Amino acid sequence: MTTKQTEADTTVDARGATCPGPLMDLISEIRAVDTDTVIALLSDAEKSPTEVQEWADESGNEVLDIADEGDHYRIHVKKL
Amino acid sequence: MTEHIAIVGGGTGGTVLANTLAEKLDAELAAGEVEITLFNDSEDHVYKPVWLYVAFGQREPADGRRPLREVVDDRVTIRQDYVVDVDYERKELELVDAIDPAPYDKLVVATGAQLEPERVPGLAEAGHHFYGEEGAQALRDELLEMDGGHIVLSVVGTPHMCPAAPLEFTFMVDDWLRERGRREAFNITYTYPIMRVHGNEHIAEWADPRLRERDIGIETMFNAEAVDPEAQTITSMEGTELDYDLLVAIPPHTGSDFVESAGLGEGGWVDVDKHTLEATGFDDVYAIGDAAQTGVPKAGSAAHYQANVVAQRLASDLRGQPATAVYGGKTICFIETGMDDATFVEFDYERPPEPSEPTRAMHWSKLAYNESYWLTARGLL
Ligand SMILES: Cc1cc2nc3c(=O)[nH]c(=O)nc-3n(C[C@H](O)[C@H](O)[C@H](O)COP(=O)(O)OP(=O)(O)OC[C@H]3O[C@@H](n4cnc5c(N)ncnc54)[C@H](O)[C@@H]3O)c2cc1C
Repeated sequence: MTTKQTEADTTVDARGATCPGPLMDLISEIRAVDTDTVIALLSDAEKSPTEVQEWADESGNEVLDIADEGDHYRIHVKKL
Repeated sequence: MTEHIAIVGGGTGGTVLANTLAEKLDAELAAGEVEITLFNDSEDHVYKPVWLYVAFGQREPADGRRPLREVVDDRVTIRQDYVVDVDYERKELELVDAIDPAPYDKLVVATGAQLEPERVPGLAEAGHHFYGEEGAQALRDELLEMDGGHIVLSVVGTPHMCPAAPLEFTFMVDDWLRERGRREAFNITYTYPIMRVHGNEHIAEWADPRLRERDIGIETMFNAEAVDPEAQTITSMEGTELDYDLLVAIPPHTGSDFVESAGLGEGGWVDVDKHTLEATGFDDVYAIGDAAQTGVPKAGSAAHYQANVVAQRLASDLRGQPATAVYGGKTICFIETGMDDATFVEFDYERPPEPSEPTRAMHWSKLAYNESYWLTARGLL
């Protein structure tokens, strides 16, 4: 986990949604955007970092960084 | 001055709310102090769970439809129109057919969810489903015609109505084929978009071994990207391709376009306080049922409990009392595990679901609930 900040092109605010809401919100955004777009996913679901990483590995997208912002995670994912 | 309560959407949530309010506010309605108007874009009230049974030839679509006027209390005004937008300053609703806008003092959005198969190329042409009247009938005909082959049940999008229904269909089709002695001639595969077979971990843990026991193939982390109707294949964003003879898909869902144009939330889902059901950032606007982003499943039972909470809050408010009723996330679901067995789960924001061992009695309870639904909607049960 890192605290490095990346510039995102678009943000998906999934705070308040329970699992698997945040991952599903991210997937639908990935469907909608062009290749190379960087998405910031904001999630307060405990499992999001692992789930997003697992899904990105499987689907061939890239998790750039995961920041713990105190009450939520900010996960940057690049569509490949 | 008459207080106008406007409810947009005459499905499960809107109807239960209108009927509960009519009961609660009987005196105020009689004195002309309040008026309740229910807006719905069609004449009928639809009970969607019937479609699961239509797919197996056990019910007719007409069993899930009744004129709204028969289901809704006479003290409620029904307006058949589509609500397009809200003027929050003037407190008025803009309608498609009516020239004059409709006034409101309190507004409740209960516009539900709609299907959007077009979001996945090829899905609208090739995918069957049981999430609509016509879809369920076409699926029934297709199932009856098939001698054998590969049935793929793919949960394409979440959130979707009734998270239990895809599992129910899969268990039911397996059992239906076994009962007819045809199971050997079929392969069945179930696909789900995340790393387990259901969004809720407890349900996933319960369902996974049961699917495997019944020789149902499982593909998790399968987000349908495209369907090729010619080649009869479905491909996922994760790079898996499946051949199918019959594709049964749970299509992507969105909320009503109205929610988006009224600025109440993205994708047609209204941002709400999950306990008070008040729309975030708006005065005197509530949302219930599938349209509300509460984090609980899009289920009729949740819509029902939420309607009761909002009815109490509106009544308190009207009487100048503090509104104390809150929604704790209560949801109940019967889950069919075959043609003759079912289980039951009850959960809320704090307590997870704990599916019990399926029984025949529970299956009959689900069927009995389907029958008594019309009394429930009417506010009599
Ligand atoms: C196959 C299937 C099986 C299901 N099984 C179960 C089950 O076993 N148990 C369970 O609890 N739930 C089940 N559900 C889910 C349940 O049907 C829904 O959760 C429930 O209908 C939600 O109620 P609602 O009032 O929010 O929306 P709906 O009942 O969908 O009603 C919304 C209404 O609003 C109208 N509308 C939308 N926009 C506008 C507008 N702008 N102006 C005017 N009118 C508008 C729509 O036409 C519709 O009449 C199932 C659903 C399906 C599809």
